[in-house]
Amino acid sequence: MSIKHLEEYRDPEISRSIIDNINKISQKKIRLMEVCGTHTMSIFKSGIRTVLPETISLLSGPGCPVCVTAQHEIDAFIALSRTDDVIITTFGDLMKVPGTTSSLQGERANGHDIRIVYSTFDAFDIAKKNPGKKIVFLGVGFETTAPAIAASILSVEEMKIKNFFVFSAHKLVPPALLALMESSNVKIDGFILPGHVSVIIGTKAYLPLFKKYHIPSVVAGFEPSDILQAIYILVKQIETESPRLDNAYKRAVTFDGNKKAKQIMQDVFEVVDANWRGIGSIPKSGLKIRKEFEAYNAENVFEIETIGSIDPKGCDCGDILRGLKIPPECRLYRKTCTPMNPIGPCMVSNEGTCAAYYRYHSIE
Amino acid sequence: MKTDHILLDHGGGGKISHSLITETMLPIFDNAIISRLDDGAIFKIEEKQFAFSTDTYVVDPIFFPGGNIGDLAVNGTVNDLAMCGAVPLYLSVGLIIEEGFPMTDLKIILNGMRIATKKAKVKVVTGDTKVVPKGAVDKIFINSSGIGLIPEHVNISGHNARPGDKVLLSGSIADHGITVLTQREGMNFDSPIVSDTAPLNHMVKRMLLACEDIHVLRDPTRGGVGTALNEIAISSKVGIRIYENKIPVKDEVSGICELLGFDPLYIANEGKLLAFIEADSADEVLKTMRKDEFGKDACIIGEVISDNPGNVFMQTRIGGIRIVDMLTGEQLPRIC
Repeated sequence: MSIKHLEEYRDPEISRSIIDNINKISQKKIRLMEVCGTHTMSIFKSGIRTVLPETISLLSGPGCPVCVTAQHEIDAFIALSRTDDVIITTFGDLMKVPGTTSSLQGERANGHDIRIVYSTFDAFDIAKKNPGKKIVFLGVGFETTAPAIAASILSVEEMKIKNFFVFSAHKLVPPALLALMESSNVKIDGFILPGHVSVIIGTKAYLPLFKKYHIPSVVAGFEPSDILQAIYILVKQIETESPRLDNAYKRAVTFDGNKKAKQIMQDVFEVVDANWRGIGSIPKSGLKIRKEFEAYNAENVFEIETIGSIDPKGCDCGDILRGLKIPPECRLYRKTCTPMNPIGPCMVSNEGTCAAYYRYHSIE
Repeated sequence: MKTDHILLDHGGGGKISHSLITETMLPIFDNAIISRLDDGAIFKIEEKQFAFSTDTYVVDPIFFPGGNIGDLAVNGTVNDLAMCGAVPLYLSVGLIIEEGFPMTDLKIILNGMRIATKKAKVKVVTGDTKVVPKGAVDKIFINSSGIGLIPEHVNISGHNARPGDKVLLSGSIADHGITVLTQREGMNFDSPIVSDTAPLNHMVKRMLLACEDIHVLRDPTRGGVGTALNEIAISSKVGIRIYENKIPVKDEVSGICELLGFDPLYIANEGKLLAFIEADSADEVLKTMRKDEFGKDACIIGEVISDNPGNVFMQTRIGGIRIVDMLTGEQLPRIC
């Protein structure tokens, strides 16, 4: 019997029995943070919040790469798009994020050459077909996407393509979790750890976090029964006061992660401090292209002029990303900030907490 | 939404599209017929009821598994008329062709249209052709308009859904949109998905024989089933509840949606319809649909409720509830 790794994990009987088990053991009022934006979306799409007992609150964390890209980085992307002979290639989600004065979508409507691609290979094709242009790939994402971007820089070296550049705004998840825990006013009882990021970095990457805070932490997959299983394990750990770092996504995640991917990342990027939108500077949480590859580093090659970047007034994305507020508590939510007219990145991105709330949350 | 320029979202079929129509276009054309915003305009001429509809086809690529832009141009307008309960009769076709477009491709498209009109039993009775310089359009754009006659006693409109109605869907969703997406440059999947473009007028005729009092018919094209249901919920001022485990999605389509982070509920269909039928007649209509070649997988996916008017809810597979909101702009593929 072949396993398709889809339907099996959506089996309603399995999900319902896990929900029953959660209901049986959950006594304490707890707050669990699901870090990853895709988890945010999966939880909403499957209506998991509506089947959990009232003792369990789920907070959405900063694992949405578009949401945490700093305003000045967005402004830099926009400035680059206005540069002569530049073709911007980007993942789709970035198109609508509002910068201080515009967005990539707005700039495309203004006639600048901005193309949505599904991978860096698409960007290579564009570079080869447009030798007179400079193709800039916007590198946004966590450890899931960084290895592929790193591999593209190595390939470009080999293929001697001279008109391909990367703007790296990549960020790392474990330092952000440490920063969250260090923040005094955040109350988190357990982490639902990201699935795809963990495929790359392995569960061992979370050991420093766990050793310092002994916070219940479980790596989860994305199907309803994956997430419910992770919640069950966390509730059990909390009820029995036996915190652990567990892996509930063993079909994809190992202790060591993907060593080759990690090596490629290390070869091309160095770890630097980075500015996370709404959170501020987090030490050693960003990736910068190493000096030996500076010929491909857009920040190095282009003179990017931006006016002072201003974060939108009244926007609570920062508090929402840190799990301090839920979207309905932001005074702009559903009033001036909607998917039609997004003010902050949490509303723009498909995986942003505010967008997920707006799209999927039942009306109360 | 205020913007100085037209964005792709304005053509996406979602909320931004909707707001362009309601805030900018309706006030200009301002009449009772157009403001109903059904799939076609419905009006009387000397006691006979007519439906009149228009649509413009700009699909890229113009050839795809299951058909081409010509098939869409015929079937799309035939279906818009059928969704008004009309028997489609006559079409007009307007071609805008880019200089340099291969004659052989034009002939393939026209031949496709000929076959489609024969299948739908309609005639193209008037047309227009323009050729524009290279780059002024992308290969070929086609506008088609159509007129049909609505039988007496048939009253179908997006405003007619009533609490208690069952919601019927004629088959699997997202086939067309995913087919076109996978064929577009930059995405090469080896998948056996084909567009579902098809004329639905014969099936509608049989459905009306089984139940004259069909309340709503809608073909969920751009914006998908999710958007269509929202439009009906808003027009009829009702709530709609659907069930995730009842909605048919082909495995291959589901797989690609998962890979790219798309929700099949919002992806275009070109040979499917939604029908809102009084509960007592729903099973009879369903049986009729399943006898038709384009309704073999027809199913009941939900019902109309009086709670939360204007909203669409879905009971998920695990027994949870989520809102099915109207798409805002275009769906964008995920990053990670």
